[in-house]
Amino acid sequence: MLGNTANGLFWTYRLLERAENMSRLIETGQRIALTRLNSSDKQWLYVMQTAAVSSEYKKYYNKVEKEAALDWMLKHPENNSSILSSITSARQNAKMVRHALTTDVWEAINGSFLDIQNLLKGKIRERDLSIILRTIKQSAALVRGATYGTMLRNEEYDFCRLGTFIERADNTARILDVKYYVLLPSAKAVGTSIDNVQWETILRSVSAYGGFRLEYGHEAGPSDIAKFLILDKRMPRSLIYCCEILKLHLLSLCSTYGNKPASFSQIMQLQNRFLTHDIEAIFKFGLHDFLQKMISLFADLSEQIEIDYRFYE
Amino acid sequence: MEADLVFDEMWADGTSIRRPYKNIKTWLDAEERNSLKAKRQDANDLFRLTGITFNVYGSEEGEERLIPFDIVPRVITANEWNKICKGLEQRVRAINAFLYDIYHDQEIVKAGVLPLEMLRNNPAFLLQMIGVNPPGQIYTHISGVDLIRTDENEFYVLEDNVRTPSGVSYMLENRETMLQMFPELFTKNRVQPIQNYPQELLYSLKKTLPDTAEDKPNVCLLTPGPYNSAYFEHAFLADQMGIELVQGNDLKVVDGFLAMRTTQGHQKVDVVYKRLDDEFLDPLNFNEKSSLGVPGLFDVYRKGRVTIANAPGTGIADDKAMYSFMPEIVEFYSGEFPLLQNVPTWRCAIKDQLNYVLDNIHELVIKQVHGSGGYGMMIGPTATKKDIANFKRKLIATPQDYIAQPTLSLSTVPIFTNKGFAPRHVDLRPFVQMSPEKINIVPGGLTRVAMSKGSLVVNSSQGGGTKDTWVLEN
Repeated sequence: MLGNTANGLFWTYRLLERAENMSRLIETGQRIALTRLNSSDKQWLYVMQTAAVSSEYKKYYNKVEKEAALDWMLKHPENNSSILSSITSARQNAKMVRHALTTDVWEAINGSFLDIQNLLKGKIRERDLSIILRTIKQSAALVRGATYGTMLRNEEYDFCRLGTFIERADNTARILDVKYYVLLPSAKAVGTSIDNVQWETILRSVSAYGGFRLEYGHEAGPSDIAKFLILDKRMPRSLIYCCEILKLHLLSLCSTYGNKPASFSQIMQLQNRFLTHDIEAIFKFGLHDFLQKMISLFADLSEQIEIDYRFYE
Repeated sequence: MEADLVFDEMWADGTSIRRPYKNIKTWLDAEERNSLKAKRQDANDLFRLTGITFNVYGSEEGEERLIPFDIVPRVITANEWNKICKGLEQRVRAINAFLYDIYHDQEIVKAGVLPLEMLRNNPAFLLQMIGVNPPGQIYTHISGVDLIRTDENEFYVLEDNVRTPSGVSYMLENRETMLQMFPELFTKNRVQPIQNYPQELLYSLKKTLPDTAEDKPNVCLLTPGPYNSAYFEHAFLADQMGIELVQGNDLKVVDGFLAMRTTQGHQKVDVVYKRLDDEFLDPLNFNEKSSLGVPGLFDVYRKGRVTIANAPGTGIADDKAMYSFMPEIVEFYSGEFPLLQNVPTWRCAIKDQLNYVLDNIHELVIKQVHGSGGYGMMIGPTATKKDIANFKRKLIATPQDYIAQPTLSLSTVPIFTNKGFAPRHVDLRPFVQMSPEKINIVPGGLTRVAMSKGSLVVNSSQGGGTKDTWVLEN
């Protein structure tokens, strides 16, 4: 398998995950704007901060307004992380590794791109938002399903999954880090029901609002949210879950190629040093420092994968 | 051109249906126009979804277009096909022998059949190939020979595409689309299958290995990249053949062999299915500005350590100036009369012929010798006064750059238009695979169709469309 092909698969799936995460953030913003009486356009700044696209936004707009924020996150050509930019680059990468994907996966990606591109043509009205976001979600599910159902479980599959989970881990860590202080144990008294817009935003951003309440109950506090998104192996967007899946596929590559490159020791270290403690230890270490560390470790891991598997010359 | 001179493949003389089209006629008569319109839309959606588009050069970046697809199949009988195959085999073998000869002893020049100037002044004659022995002595692993039909029995060769013939993915996908949209047609008609083309090509390439190849030869397809107009086809073929799709920066010469960069380091490559122009192949041996190629690749080739398909330097054989010598070339190497005829061709480089062309320019097609894809071409009968004056000036200034041919009446086949069925001109590009073992021709080809009324330009870059091409069982 070509290093370049591994590169193309990895980025196709990273970018698809990125587009999906962005749409989830937009959905969260919209939901809160509509259901909270005291919400204001400022809410969108927080959403953009979470998506790490707010500082670029400020270069193009003077103030935070709903319409501009939506345009920025959905399709602005200067925003490399807009949904349209991500899905266009994902499809371009997929095109380059077309021969390494099954027909089902390729058609799912290409068809999704065509649908979404079409929906994002012209001016977006607020009432179009729900069909746009629904299409993106369905597209993501279609690609995921086609991948799960038709791709051989070989090295190609490993690189696809590595791309997905590096991006997801980064995304979850960032969502937590932007509002880490509302999750500290001292931020509130135990026993309050989850009626905090900040918490709701965090949970909805990772599609975990219902799941969290179900598993942790109404008594749960903000530190439980941190625990859920960092250390709960049942939660498919938690850092430890991402870490487990990354480990699985790096191990699979090790056994395919009969060697253990640096990226494998990195993921082992990452997990052993940072994800084997309980949440109290993490608070003691400092939640913000911990999340910053995780973001940089996942970035290092991504770079090491590129080197180990010769993505570039 | 007068309408009564045109041979229509469905109607022939205009009164009775030709036999091979009887079932097609019955089918079309039974279909509602609106349901066919819906089917045509389905087909377009299917092409878009599969990504069977081509990139347009010189247009807005990233613009992808569909090649118009027509739902009425073009039908060829088994007898007609067998005749075509014999002619193709003879021609392709002669071209391959010709290439070996001109890059070695040049017997054809010594015999006085081909003037030396045809080679000496021709940029398509690749000096670097002189004395080089391609593995298996094969130059033309794949040829796409453009044929036109003029009546019940006559097929002419319009062009021999032997550098990097393209279009085979459309042949395959047109069939796939027809199978999906009109499955019942294939139970009522016995159409010879073409789906094995990619596997047969891989087999053929593996029969043409360099001596240095080991047990499991490594074949890859070299593409200029996703911005090339035919990129879809490259990806499609690599996928269907189960080989790696590589760009120049995936390849490297390592210890005197060609190798590709895999996730586990460099791995030797034995066969390169090249979809890149010769000029860009190797910046050390050809165009030094090329960033698409592989430095030193040609040195590996010269040592016989890699197969390149098609061989560099085959362009000399499909050069439009060389075309006019093709009947002599076929006869010289096969010792037989050519089974497929050439279209009569005037070489403007020769003074008498130039004068004839200038005097009769209104009735002729003028073609640039080194052009391709319908660029640099003028069709006399439909050209404006300005075009004609313009081309006259060009002909006088650089006559050696042009040839001229009569406007032959390409046959027509009906297409489905918004106003119903209407005849349109077509040509046919069958694909010929060659290995030391055999010549293999998949029963079918790419039928290209000029979509507008009366037009003779079938090139996709000029708005031409395609059709599924059926070769019937006997």
